[in-house]
Amino acid sequence: MDIDHNTLVGFAKSWGLFYLIALFIGVVIYAFWPSNRKRFDDAKRNILDEDDRPWQ
Amino acid sequence: MVQQLTSGERQNALVILLCVFVTGVIMAAAGGSDPLGVHGVIVLLFSAGLGALVSRSFYEPQPDPQRLSQYYDDPIKVGIALTLAWGIFGMFMGVWTAAQLAWPDLAFDAGWSSFGRLRPTHTTGVIFGFGGNALIATSFHVVQRTSRARLAGQVSPWFVLLGYNLFCILAVTGYFMGVTQSKEYAEPEWYADLWLVVVWVTFFVLYLRTLARRKEPHIYVANWYFMAFIVVVAILHIVNNLAIPVSFSQAKSYTIWAAVQDAMVQWWYGHNAVAFFLTAGFLGMLYYYLPVRAQRPIFSYRLSILSFWGITFFYMWAGSHHLHYTALPHWVQNLGMTFSVMLLVPSWASAGNALLTLNGAWHKVRDDATLRFIMVAVVFYGLSTFEGSFMAIRPVNALSHYTDWTVGHVHAGALGWVAFITFGSIYTLVPSLWKRERMYSSALVEVHFWLAVTGTLIYVFAMWNSGIIQGLMWRTYTEEGTLAYSFLDSLVAMYPYYIARAFGGLLFLLGAIVAAFNIWMTVRAVPVAAARQADVPDSGLAPGAAATPAE
Repeated sequence: MDIDHNTLVGFAKSWGLFYLIALFIGVVIYAFWPSNRKRFDDAKRNILDEDDRPWQ
Repeated sequence: MVQQLTSGERQNALVILLCVFVTGVIMAAAGGSDPLGVHGVIVLLFSAGLGALVSRSFYEPQPDPQRLSQYYDDPIKVGIALTLAWGIFGMFMGVWTAAQLAWPDLAFDAGWSSFGRLRPTHTTGVIFGFGGNALIATSFHVVQRTSRARLAGQVSPWFVLLGYNLFCILAVTGYFMGVTQSKEYAEPEWYADLWLVVVWVTFFVLYLRTLARRKEPHIYVANWYFMAFIVVVAILHIVNNLAIPVSFSQAKSYTIWAAVQDAMVQWWYGHNAVAFFLTAGFLGMLYYYLPVRAQRPIFSYRLSILSFWGITFFYMWAGSHHLHYTALPHWVQNLGMTFSVMLLVPSWASAGNALLTLNGAWHKVRDDATLRFIMVAVVFYGLSTFEGSFMAIRPVNALSHYTDWTVGHVHAGALGWVAFITFGSIYTLVPSLWKRERMYSSALVEVHFWLAVTGTLIYVFAMWNSGIIQGLMWRTYTEEGTLAYSFLDSLVAMYPYYIARAFGGLLFLLGAIVAAFNIWMTVRAVPVAAARQADVPDSGLAPGAAATPAE
């Protein structure tokens, strides 16, 4: 099969669409997954801790 | 600096410098009188100078083993100094080139100082010199603090920082000699490009290894942005710079991409350089220094994740909006246009998230010029991303393309967003890095802020006016159907705006000089802050719990 202009357009319009939507759904699920809430809250607060040494 | 390295590390540094030196000698010998030969001499002088620096301290006592239980800040300090030096150089070249457009005699009839050669010294000086060093320095700071881990290397941070600066030096000196690939923002030739790949892979590995040592279970979002910056810039740089040199003894090379594919690859690179060099990395700064300076956590962490993935995956496709009305297939133009418009969502999500973080702390914004730098950066980020989405729409682009409107848009982003967030971050970083109580003069920070705001507004308004006038003059027809204005007519109409633009840029440059003075004096003259109660290295127990027996 020749890879011509229409092949690439077809690929972009089908798979391009699917993977971006799948990615969007995946990211939304990750961001709103209930058990991630504590981890995110900790992450945004912990950077404000006074600390001037690494842990190791 | 060298004193902080063990003798083994000093040896490693010397071996690396020797390899670079030998490469320089080979380049100089093979290149001869070609610009490649001149660059060979620069490479060997650069490595010899650093080698002398390391040798001078080679036999000094071993460093205190305690240093490994502290953050590694020496490369960050040098990085900030280099940021300011490149900033002043790059902005000066910008003012000079801007003045050349108003008064062409300022080229002084020499080849090296003609507009075509000076212009890339400005763009490389500010984007790669100023922006790049700021990104490397702040990324080293942010990754250590947010991971609570020391950088995973002693020599490699220096290799990344100084190797990157060698690339910038090769780039800028090359332009003066007329060396260029003729690709905007990717002008340096093949040997400099190869060198940057080595430096960048080291940067990537160093960053990953440091993250691997982190204590926090979750990688803070600022690091995601810095990682995206490092990974994507590597991909873009390699693909766009695939080229075959005329010979190994010449600087000149030719790209492997042909015709419209070359244009597409170039603007895929060019726009993603805006996305991942000038946006993602600086958003990394924003997500760390804004909460730290305002002493408030980011408004919504979830939103920061959503906008991260939105930016990463939308920006990738936006580059073709640089090629509207060209030989590029129509559907690819449409694709770029659509993604550019969609980009407004994650861009405004980040800008809104930052402004909502400040909501409730506006008194701090009023009193603290540093926080105001960050706030203005966010406002300009929101404005210029809106403007960018708008200009990517094909009919709008018909008016704006090739005019000064584009230049105004770029500078709204580069001055208003990139430089403002950088200075806000540096003013936050400098006192804590050098352990000073405060900046030398808060009045000078205030002076810098107003010089920068005034300069940016004058610049941007001048370019908006001149761009739209240009665009309209180029598309005005007479009743007979001929063009009403010649190109020269439009050029004459630009004259007052070009003077205003050079003046705005001059104010911005003066601000950067004030910043450099203030930071120099902070390091030199402000007393060291009273030693803060050093936190005990985390042993996995709550503070104070270590000494208390279990009940």
